[in-house]
Amino acid sequence: MSRKVSREKYEKTVSYRLKQWYEGTKDPFLGEVEMKSQKAFSEDVNAKGKRMREKKRMLARIYDTGNNAEMKIFAKFYRVSSVLFCVLLVFMLLTAVSWLPTFGEPDNPVNNEVAARYIENGLQETGAINIVTGMILDYRAFDTLGESHVLFIATCAVLILLRLDKSTKGSHGMGYDMEEDRLYEPKNDVILQTVARILVPPIVIFGIYVILGGHLGPGGGFSGGAVIGAGLILYVNAFGFAKTERFFNEKTYKRLSFCALGCYCMSKCYSFYTGANHIESVIPLGTPGAILSSGLILVLNICVGLVVAGTMYTFYVMFRKGAY
Amino acid sequence: MAFVQNLPFISIILSLFSGPLSSILDGKKAKWLNVAVITVIGAMSAAVLGFVLETGEAYVYSMGHFPAPWGNEIRVGILEAAMALFFCVIMLLCMLGGIREREEELEDTKQNLYYIMVDLLLCSLLALIYTNDLFTAYVFVEINTISACGLIMIRQNGRTLEAATRYMIMSLLGSGLLLLGICFLYDLTGHLLMSNIQDQVAVLHENGSYHIPLQVAVGLMSVGLAIKSALFPFHAWLPDAYGYSPVSSASILSSLVSKGYIFLLVKIFYRVIGFEIAGDSRVINVLFVFGIVGMIMGSVSAIKENNIRRMIAFSSVAQIGYIYMGFGLGTTEGVVASVYHIISHAATKALLFVAASGITDASGDSTDFFDLTGAGYRNKLAGAAFTVGSLSMVGIPVFAGFISKLLFAQAGVGVESMAKMMPTLIALAISTVLNAVYFMKTVIRLYTPERKLAKKKNFRNIKMAEEPAKSFTLVCFIILNLILGLCSEPIVTLIGNGLKMFA
Repeated sequence: MSRKVSREKYEKTVSYRLKQWYEGTKDPFLGEVEMKSQKAFSEDVNAKGKRMREKKRMLARIYDTGNNAEMKIFAKFYRVSSVLFCVLLVFMLLTAVSWLPTFGEPDNPVNNEVAARYIENGLQETGAINIVTGMILDYRAFDTLGESHVLFIATCAVLILLRLDKSTKGSHGMGYDMEEDRLYEPKNDVILQTVARILVPPIVIFGIYVILGGHLGPGGGFSGGAVIGAGLILYVNAFGFAKTERFFNEKTYKRLSFCALGCYCMSKCYSFYTGANHIESVIPLGTPGAILSSGLILVLNICVGLVVAGTMYTFYVMFRKGAY
Repeated sequence: MAFVQNLPFISIILSLFSGPLSSILDGKKAKWLNVAVITVIGAMSAAVLGFVLETGEAYVYSMGHFPAPWGNEIRVGILEAAMALFFCVIMLLCMLGGIREREEELEDTKQNLYYIMVDLLLCSLLALIYTNDLFTAYVFVEINTISACGLIMIRQNGRTLEAATRYMIMSLLGSGLLLLGICFLYDLTGHLLMSNIQDQVAVLHENGSYHIPLQVAVGLMSVGLAIKSALFPFHAWLPDAYGYSPVSSASILSSLVSKGYIFLLVKIFYRVIGFEIAGDSRVINVLFVFGIVGMIMGSVSAIKENNIRRMIAFSSVAQIGYIYMGFGLGTTEGVVASVYHIISHAATKALLFVAASGITDASGDSTDFFDLTGAGYRNKLAGAAFTVGSLSMVGIPVFAGFISKLLFAQAGVGVESMAKMMPTLIALAISTVLNAVYFMKTVIRLYTPERKLAKKKNFRNIKMAEEPAKSFTLVCFIILNLILGLCSEPIVTLIGNGLKMFA
């Protein structure tokens, strides 16, 4: 039994819109998404010629290419010698590798008391079911402390190189504009925004799960932080910087990394100090398998995860527009 | 355990922590934090040195609750503590000497980033000095590389960006080779802790098993660190990196960063491979040859250079050549001479860079050689300091450079094989003459009265009181140079004892 609906009502239903789309009478993007067709990069022939000439002149001034005999000789032999060098290096390394202990033999030198203790006593001594996490965050925590600072300092180096401050706006002379960063992309893309709305929460939650479960199974701060960072990048792509600036700007990143690295430093300070002075640590290991277990490892994983997520996101925004 | 024994660990953590702390401070506060941190760490290193000298033996400090082959540990001996103290002193003076330049040349918003780089650089140097674990060394080599790159490119113009790119490429190649070498060693010995590897390597050497991969591992690590410290054929990144970065960056890079890698190489030779085995391998002969060639070629390039900062940079290539030649001799005397040269060159090169900045300030910021005419009269202290540095580099008695040249010559005479003795002595003689050519040329230029025509340029006279920080730095550097030149005896014995403690 079907009911006849009025034309007006019918035009509001999904099936009508589907029909319109199928028949091609209406483009759903039209009027909804700000589309801007891409322009091919074009440069005035004169401007290009001028640029090339200036580059050549500058090279000639700096390196004295005209009468630098050393450079001429070098340029001649460069390709041949670099190929020869690479072949020699490859040959040498392959020879050396062929002399190494056979891979996977049980009596290889690497299967010694060090690995044995990690595998046999790792669970009792660190409280972490995932022995890799136990190794990097408890046995060899000093290395990981350095490694997380490598990420921090890499971000700082990228900030030095790419951050555009208010003061540098003029000096770069690129006609920098906040809107320019998505010149070739559609704004307010419905498809991307809908997908992002669906995907970002699960991605971030999955990242948090990976971080928190680092001592219980595969995962940990580095991988979980990368997942969260990817979620943030998807979000900023869909909704633009205006939305992310509300909760993540440079100050947030600095405070976040300071708190995370400071917390890491302090907690490791405690365990290094007590360890070296043979003082019993008061931090309980808990029941292996419980979420609150394995001493400081959970805290360290959270710290590392925050640093990694912030680093990923900062790299992205720096390479994209040079400011948060 | 005495409380003093905790200080090396505390100094590493303190410098590590001051990096993130500087990121939330503004430039001025970060600067004072940096000065305070370096001073405190220097004082702590002095206390540690006193303690180690008193007990007369090295101690290990485990980082965490697990003993060495399982956990990380650091090891403190005389040479380590002395190096830490010395590096802190040089770094403090370098930072003081460039205060005004940094404020002028760096953007306000990037000031604190500079201090983050310096703090973490200090941390990585300390960790490289103290570590007893090869993988920890590699992690901090990474921090060292990135922060050094940041120090070069903080002043952004075309030349520094190009220099930073070159530095990054060469330095990462070096890191990669070092890491490959560490992997080979781990595969052969199953350890990352230096003392355990040494035991295993001794066993392997006796058996004669795995001879080829062992040689390759030693070679890879030596070449990797040689690239990172700009030994002769790998020096292409150096002149631009030192020549165009801010003055404190240039002096820190030349006097500390490259020396940190060389110190790590000394550690690897003594504590990982074992000095006898490293001496038997042909790798040190390669280092010897490249060192000798570097001594000559570096000086030749410096003579051809017309830019004073690049000239000083090329002189570094020659001096690094000296250091590797000392290793290449394969005797303890050679290594003592090299370590002494690390110290004397670090002190002198930093002095030269700071003095050169004083001289160029008085010459309208021109680094061109001909604009420096008469600059010694315009800025008297910087001129005097540059003269002291030059005399020390040439190897005139009373100054630091003389003692290292004397030690190199003694070590060269003491070598048994004629094939090494003659090249050493001949190269020393030629290199000294070449050093004298370009340094004395510059000093004479500094004290040639300027012609009237030159007055058109914006030359100005600089008095000592105008820049108290830089004047203080220069005076300190001159005194340090004289101390190294006049009271070398205790320092040489200290290095000798420290090296004995390494084994």
